[in-house]
Amino acid sequence: MPAIKIHVTSGATVPQGVIIKGGGKKLPDYRNVAAVIYLDMADFKRMGTFPGTAVEVRNECGKVVVSSQLTPDGPHPGIAFMPRGPWANVIIGPETKCSGCPQYKDTVVEVEPVPEKAPLQMADLMRQQYIDPLK
Amino acid sequence: MFITENAKIVEKDGKKLVTDCTCVFDGCACDDIACEVVNNEIVTVYNACKVGTANFLPCRGAERFTTPLWRASKKEAFKPISWDEALDKAADILIKAKHPMLFGWSETSVEAIREGVRLTELVGGTIDGQVTHCHGPSVQAIQEVGYAGATLGEVKNRADLIIYWGCNPMNAHARHMSRYSTYVSGFFRRHGRQERKLVVVDPRHTDTAKLADVHIQIELGSDYEAFQTLRALIRGAAVTKEKVGGIPIAVWKQLAEDMKAASYGAIFFGLGLTHSASKKNSVAAAIGLTQDLCNITKFQIMPLRGHYNVAGLNQVLSWLTGYPYGVNFARGFPRYNIGEFTGVDMLRRKEVDAMLNIAADPGAHMPQKSVQHMAEIPLIACDIHPTPTTELANLIIPGTHDGIECEASCYRMDGIPIHLRKIVDPPEGCKPSNAHWLQELVQVVEKKLGEKHV
Ligand code: SF4
Repeated sequence: MPAIKIHVTSGATVPQGVIIKGGGKKLPDYRNVAAVIYLDMADFKRMGTFPGTAVEVRNECGKVVVSSQLTPDGPHPGIAFMPRGPWANVIIGPETKCSGCPQYKDTVVEVEPVPEKAPLQMADLMRQQYIDPLK
Repeated sequence: MFITENAKIVEKDGKKLVTDCTCVFDGCACDDIACEVVNNEIVTVYNACKVGTANFLPCRGAERFTTPLWRASKKEAFKPISWDEALDKAADILIKAKHPMLFGWSETSVEAIREGVRLTELVGGTIDGQVTHCHGPSVQAIQEVGYAGATLGEVKNRADLIIYWGCNPMNAHARHMSRYSTYVSGFFRRHGRQERKLVVVDPRHTDTAKLADVHIQIELGSDYEAFQTLRALIRGAAVTKEKVGGIPIAVWKQLAEDMKAASYGAIFFGLGLTHSASKKNSVAAAIGLTQDLCNITKFQIMPLRGHYNVAGLNQVLSWLTGYPYGVNFARGFPRYNIGEFTGVDMLRRKEVDAMLNIAADPGAHMPQKSVQHMAEIPLIACDIHPTPTTELANLIIPGTHDGIECEASCYRMDGIPIHLRKIVDPPEGCKPSNAHWLQELVQVVEKKLGEKHV
């Protein structure tokens, strides 16, 4: 199954807002609504997979496993959407070009199907990404 | 629901109804919420949207912090400690640090932010918040070219052309369209939606775009060009390009005509502008377009601010220090420099050696390099529920839900101050308000620094 190059934008969604505001960031629900990349059908065809498959999203900033879902906001081939959160922020460029504000919209990534893997829950992701590498 | 005549708090059959509550979630700060309370617990919420309701009624299984938690090493498990110990430890961390960062503030009250500024000044730190990586570029654009704003009430009563550009209120500000802009009936727009035209400019066919009369599916990152094209068209200049932002010029011409023909137009923009490559330049171009249109008809422009008191941070910092965000007190007086004293940048460059985070979740919302540094330094996190940030903390301070568990004030997205009503008491173990424990922390720090209370 081939990896594809795609532009990612990120932002808020209602289901994610409900979990965040309800204090559920440590519950599996948070992963289910935020560890997601929404892709266009055309991009699923390019990858040769179907919605629901786990994918690895990566670029020079890092890599993260999320679930791929069919976008409800299409068609937008070549553009993907990730709900804002710790999963998306693994691949968001930290440079702000002296504006204080990173470029959360429009990041180029590679997306590769990894059907044997599953997205981590929030606490596990934070531990693996940030706490385990500490000396 | 037992309805009441103008009464704000009514008790009947062991139930209490509190009306005119404010939803403390997003910048809409809807202040028409009613809550039914039984045994100091909110059981029903009226008028709020789905996200707003979750704010009052936590998810099943959600954990709530009610006691301070401490761990010396981030690889250990947390242990509960007393409030006195917690404030002592927090004071030590902040005083010992050379460059502490006091970050967040957008989801707490004006009163708490005021204490935060005092604390930052005392410890010679930097104060900044989510505002910087949300609408920071919008503030910069306003500093450069000015602002043609209005209140949401004016939009509701007058606007006949609503433009949402690079934002998706149906997902991020769910009642914005029904309460303030599009569907609501206004003084001069009795028939609400029928008297208003809705245009959405967004690269995705979002839930907002699905409701629009016109959806312009512009290419990612071409907003600046599109605004300048509209400005040229409105001035009557000839535009020779066939397409701008992937959209045929005829579509832009039509939009320019609609704008000129409107009797009152309102442009709302979101993070689509501030989070793409041209950042403040796109916003400045959008404000320029609004100013041009005001020569022909009446137009206003407004950023859709994210958190309920994100505008409050700008207000309080401006009135106390003269600057809207990213304020540094290392030399004892306030200094402001975007890129130098802003949270994401200072963390990425590892210039901060301790951090207090309150009412924000940078662990979830900052890019990985900045979060990495948060994991490396002593981190104090004040929150109500566990978040990615509290997962990285040494000290967790249980927060109080401002505007639900205590009275407070905030600024709505259009800069209108709003009083927040108390609905229930905070859970046992929590302080009466965030401003309260911050004030106590200020006193501990002052004592340790040997200063007199001012
Ligand atoms: S629109 Fe925003 S402020 Fe209004 S009820 Fe919904 S979440 Fe709360």
